[in-house]
Amino acid sequence: MITVPIEHVILMAAILFSLGLTGVLARRNVLFILLSIEVMLNAAGIAFVAAGARWAQADGQIMFLFILTMAAAEVAVGLAIILQYYRHTGTLDVDAMGGGRR
Amino acid sequence: MILVWLIAVPCIGALLAGISPRGRELRCRGVTIAAFAINLALTLALWIMHPAVLRLAGGGAWFAEFDRAWIPSLGIRFHLALDGLSLVLIALTNFLGLMAAAASWRDITEKVRFFHVNLLWMAAAVIGVFLAVDLFLFYSFWELMLVPLYFLIGIWGHEQRLYAAFKFFIFTQASSLLMLLSLLGLYFIHGRATGVYTFDYGALMGTALSPGTGMWLMLGFFVAFVIKLAAVPLHNWLPDAHTQAPTAGSVILAGLVLKVGAYGLIRFAVPLFPAASAQFAPVAMGMGVASILYGAILAFAQTDIKRLVAYTSVSHMGFVLLGVYAGSTVALQGAVMVMLAHGISTSALFILVGALSERIGTREMGRMGGLWAAAPRMSGSLLVFALASLGLPGFGNFVGEFLVLLGVFRMSAPLAAVAAVSLITAAIYSLWMFQRACHGPNSEGWVIPDLSGIEAAIMAGMISVTVWLGIYPGAVLNVTREALESLRPDITSAVSSKR
Amino acid sequence: MLSLLWLIPLLPLAGFLSIVLGGGRMRGSMVALIAVGVVGLSAAMAAAVAIRFIYLPPAGNSFTQTLWTWIPATGFMPEISLRLDALSLVMVTVITFVAFLILLYSAEFMGGDEGYARFFAWMDLFVASMLVLVLADNFLLLYLGWEGVGMCSFLLIGFWYRDSANARAARKAFIVTRIGDAAFVVALFLIFTHLGTLTIQEAAARASREWPVGSGLAVAAAALMLAAAVGKSAQLPLQTWLPDAMAGPTPVSALIHAATMVTAGVYLIARANAFFTLAPFVQWLVAVIGAVTLLLAAFAALVQCDIKRVLAYSTMSQVGYMFLALGVGAWSAAIFHFMVHAFFKSLLFLGAGAVIMALHEEHDIFAMGGLRRALPGTFWAFLIGAASLAALPVVTAGFYSKDLILLCDWTSKSGSVWLWAAGLAGAFLTAMYAFRLVFIVFFGELRTKPGRKPGFRMGAALAVLAFFSLSAGFIQIPPDIVNFSPLSELLETSLPRLSAVSVGTQTEALLQAVAGLAGLAGIFFAWFFFRHPALVERLVLTPLGSAFRRLWLEGWCFDRAYDALFVRPYIRLAEINKDDCIDLLNRTLARACESMHYLLIGTQNGRVRQYAAAVTLGAIVIIALMVLL
Repeated sequence: MITVPIEHVILMAAILFSLGLTGVLARRNVLFILLSIEVMLNAAGIAFVAAGARWAQADGQIMFLFILTMAAAEVAVGLAIILQYYRHTGTLDVDAMGGGRR
Repeated sequence: MILVWLIAVPCIGALLAGISPRGRELRCRGVTIAAFAINLALTLALWIMHPAVLRLAGGGAWFAEFDRAWIPSLGIRFHLALDGLSLVLIALTNFLGLMAAAASWRDITEKVRFFHVNLLWMAAAVIGVFLAVDLFLFYSFWELMLVPLYFLIGIWGHEQRLYAAFKFFIFTQASSLLMLLSLLGLYFIHGRATGVYTFDYGALMGTALSPGTGMWLMLGFFVAFVIKLAAVPLHNWLPDAHTQAPTAGSVILAGLVLKVGAYGLIRFAVPLFPAASAQFAPVAMGMGVASILYGAILAFAQTDIKRLVAYTSVSHMGFVLLGVYAGSTVALQGAVMVMLAHGISTSALFILVGALSERIGTREMGRMGGLWAAAPRMSGSLLVFALASLGLPGFGNFVGEFLVLLGVFRMSAPLAAVAAVSLITAAIYSLWMFQRACHGPNSEGWVIPDLSGIEAAIMAGMISVTVWLGIYPGAVLNVTREALESLRPDITSAVSSKR
Repeated sequence: MLSLLWLIPLLPLAGFLSIVLGGGRMRGSMVALIAVGVVGLSAAMAAAVAIRFIYLPPAGNSFTQTLWTWIPATGFMPEISLRLDALSLVMVTVITFVAFLILLYSAEFMGGDEGYARFFAWMDLFVASMLVLVLADNFLLLYLGWEGVGMCSFLLIGFWYRDSANARAARKAFIVTRIGDAAFVVALFLIFTHLGTLTIQEAAARASREWPVGSGLAVAAAALMLAAAVGKSAQLPLQTWLPDAMAGPTPVSALIHAATMVTAGVYLIARANAFFTLAPFVQWLVAVIGAVTLLLAAFAALVQCDIKRVLAYSTMSQVGYMFLALGVGAWSAAIFHFMVHAFFKSLLFLGAGAVIMALHEEHDIFAMGGLRRALPGTFWAFLIGAASLAALPVVTAGFYSKDLILLCDWTSKSGSVWLWAAGLAGAFLTAMYAFRLVFIVFFGELRTKPGRKPGFRMGAALAVLAFFSLSAGFIQIPPDIVNFSPLSELLETSLPRLSAVSVGTQTEALLQAVAGLAGLAGIFFAWFFFRHPALVERLVLTPLGSAFRRLWLEGWCFDRAYDALFVRPYIRLAEINKDDCIDLLNRTLARACESMHYLLIGTQNGRVRQYAAAVTLGAIVIIALMVLL
């Protein structure tokens, strides 16, 4: 069985994370930001799985399952809010949403 | 026990004034005046009776004391003691409190009850400061003083009152923290050295300190007191606070708060750290001379008459600083005379200026002029106190300033000569102020009522006290002599024997 | 009798207090009665004391009365105590007497003024302060009187306060003299610190004992006192206030700025003569200041157009004579001239006041003229005063006193021919300006019709003063005429005798003749120029003539120089620093806090992406730090 070196997996996770982060920072549409956050969460999940495999511990997979659930919940809540917001204002531009602090 | 009463009477007065029913302002004012009058009578009784002298550990010439445990675990006691210095200053406090209460008769019409509560509370705290000989107790009273003053300025002040109140608060609070640090430092050093942790003044007096530590601890006290005294370059809170405060507030500030700073220097900063103080004296005296001249020039520059009077305080308190650090009893006696005389003359000026600007609705001197014809009694009083503050012989201010400079001359003739220039600068600003207001053409056609009955009575009282201080200062000097001599071992005898 | 000494200054003080406390409710005549009455009583007391003192001299020729300890400080116990000796006796008698006459005159002169009560209150206070000044036993009490008279001078110069020019003149007088006062205070510190007492006699005795002649301390003490005297007596370089002080009512000018207060400097130097003897250089300086002032002021008096300004410069010049006398050690000659000057100069001022009143507040002498017939009484009084000022030989008092000073300049060991020559030139100029005034005001054609003539009270004062202006000289007649000099005999019980070289009667007579001739020549020139106005015109129109005229008219432009050197820089300094540059520090601190506040508010903008970026940035920085360190 070919084993993938842990460094490669971590590197991939990092790249994935950076891509997600770039998405969060660069995109203005809140839906895409949400998508990018999902990407970042998954990058973290990959890192966990890889680490779990490397040290032969179940914790990594447990953590991944946890992240998965959380991401699902987050998406559900987030989408609901975004939907409401869109109905209210007719826009999904995050920069126009400055009113959050008010 | 009488010492407790001196503090308790204003407190009871404050309570009664506070619970007096709404709309019955007269009762509230009456209570305040009665409280001050009773207290003044008590003080004068003490002054006249001159009780047998007690001795406390650590030297001193105390007339009476009151000592109870307060927080024994930390060595904190409720320890009050009265000597000549405290006595005259408490008399001043009560006298000025009475005057301030009377002066606000017409001045203050809003939130009357709370105003009088603050006034009395303030007086109680100041009297506490003058009586406390436990450093923790002293610090408590010291801090207690701040709050009512903040209210007095911030609530009943003039147009920029919040700025002024805030500035005052920050300055004094910052300085108090320095004092607290020094105080705790002294407490722990003394405790570690002797095993007895105490805040008692007499016990702490002899604490052995290394020169470096002594200097730092002394500086903490010094800065705290000098900020209250408003010496250059730490005077900047004063013009704003004095100008923006209501008349009674200015009276309290000029008459008492500045004196509290001076009292702190005389009672604590110098005796607790004699070596460091002696080393620091040239700097302090330099600050004194700088205050005298700088304050005088600034006073002359002002166009707001109340601000002018405020800056004269900077100038006069420079004499006190100079006197405290001149290292001779004569100068110290002079400093105390300046404190009393300045307390009265400047307060009177504030009352007059307040009455004047209330009548014509402006404090700008450019708009005044020719008021002598309209209000001769007011102008006459203004003249008297302008002359007093320029140091004319026959008024108390002269006696004080002369004694201070006499003491300074022994230590440094050039310094005294430079300080004597203030005779000229003081004449310039005083006459300028008086003439701007009362001489010249009455170009805006002011027609104003002269001093009312109450105001005339206030002025009559204050004029007689200033003149009394000027021609018979013995009454003050005799009662304070022992206290001042013990606070300042006279080094002049050494100097004169050297000659 | 002597133990009632304290009443002499107290009476005017009581007059002041009663007018101040009850003045608003009193009628004018009542005020005048009190004010003049108390000073009259005081004068009577002074006369009684004088008689007692002269015929029954107290032990040591002095009498000291201690009232109470003024300032009982540690190691410093000045007392309120009065001292009567020959010097203060002469001063007290002259002051109370002249003050009484001037107040009597004012009771009529000031009639109808809205500040009638105020005027008399301050005049009484002035007299009280002046008496304290001359009776003081110690320097500190002397200083009390010294400042008291300065304050009254301030108040009375600014008496007509509605005009800002008057207020300005008052302020100027006080502040300029205060410069001298500051020096005086320093002198007191010096004397007390090094001699241990402020009692004048005691300090003088100790100084003579402990300080060698010419020692630094003695020079410093004398120089500081000289500065004080120069300020009060309007001598160079602090003389600028006196001409402006004429803004006050004329009786004020007569009493304060001619007869009494301006001579306080002379009194101080005479009183502190021991210090000046110990500092020969300073004493020489006194003489030089006197000589220069008397000449400069006399030149300035030559061209003035305001009748009171002529007299003001004349006062300056005459006080210069007194300084000249003090400077050569002729102490009693200075006091003699003070006395005579008090009479004739107050006479001149009061005469001028009568003229001014008659001409409805006209001060310009060229608007006057020909008043000889219209105001004969005033004319004669003024003429006598001017003659005395011009030192008309033999008949006037001024001749005897000025002659004595000139003689002393010549004969004194510290005198010199230059000082004498300056005095002589001054005598010539004095006669010239005095009679210029007389001719222009009283001769020629009538230009303004006079109104109110002086009544009984003014006339009486003028008459008595005129009498004394003529006769006061006879109490001190030069030895080459008749050997009769009770005044200097009296004064020498308290002042040192002049150490003079003997010059013989003939030289003395010659010097007197020269001095007399100088005065007569001055009068002649005044007459000559008066008769030939075209000549004067031509003289004035030459470039040099007009330049000098302008220079003298402005009193040698001292005012302008001081304005540029001191007054304006001070005002400028004050204006620049009006908002207190030290406060800048605090305000900067406050502003820094405020901008930090806005800076931090800026980060809290609700932009999610910026928050995220900040979080990322932070994470990167932390990770980088962890990796690198």
